[in-house]
Amino acid sequence: MSMMNIFNVSGSAASAQSQRLNVVASNLANADTVAGPDGQAYKARQVTFQTELMGANRNDPTAAGVKVSTISEDQTAGRRVHDPKHPSADADGYVTYSNVNAVEEMVNMISASRSYQNNIEVMNTAKSLLLKTLQLGS
Amino acid sequence: MLNRLTDSLDFQAQALSLRSERQRLIASNIANADTPGYVAREMNFAQALKEATGAGQPAAKLTASAPGHIPVGTGSSGGSFSTLMYASPSQTNLDRNTVDMDRERASFADNTVKYEATLRFIGANVKTTLSAITGQ
Repeated sequence: MSMMNIFNVSGSAASAQSQRLNVVASNLANADTVAGPDGQAYKARQVTFQTELMGANRNDPTAAGVKVSTISEDQTAGRRVHDPKHPSADADGYVTYSNVNAVEEMVNMISASRSYQNNIEVMNTAKSLLLKTLQLGS
Repeated sequence: MLNRLTDSLDFQAQALSLRSERQRLIASNIANADTPGYVAREMNFAQALKEATGAGQPAAKLTASAPGHIPVGTGSSGGSFSTLMYASPSQTNLDRNTVDMDRERASFADNTVKYEATLRFIGANVKTTLSAITGQ
């Protein structure tokens, strides 16, 4: 039953996309956090996807699922704002915020949610086809 | 005698199994739409069906002739991957991913309809045979 594998393939993709959505959520939640006592502000994170062959035969390229290979941190410097009255201001009166770009994260979020929907639709179609196959001959 | 009854059924069964394999292939392409470096695959359905039913010459096959060669895999339905091709990208992508989502969605819908058509062919074939057997 080669179509049963669609649930593995699309399921792995949906789970990878939901992990991406999770990372976007934590980035957006930390968009306005300032540097803690260690002077290190929150760094934006990003997931990287990787193909994972998941057929019964390991060389089978027709069953290519997805997995999250790495979660990398954006190393660019955080936003610095001059605000001497802020409790977290440094000696020069600057406050370091996290380096999250809210616009980029929103785009990332929309892309992840669309990809998630695509995979769910693929699974729905595969499910209805399989159910029709089960009714064959009746 | 029974061979002739089931010959057309055999053909449709092969077609159905290839359709489900293509469905899985397109699902893999859609699943990997955001994977950097993923290369989309597409199946040459006519060639695959010819090979599966033994009607045509199989395309040039890879053989492992030296011990160091990677073994040539075969699909779950016994078909080879020789009918798999790389889809040519209509637009280049910065992360070298060649999945064209519009084309994949269209192929997926197309394959869904054709899978259902094959299912109905088989169903009608069975019904015809049954009514011939019962003779009423």
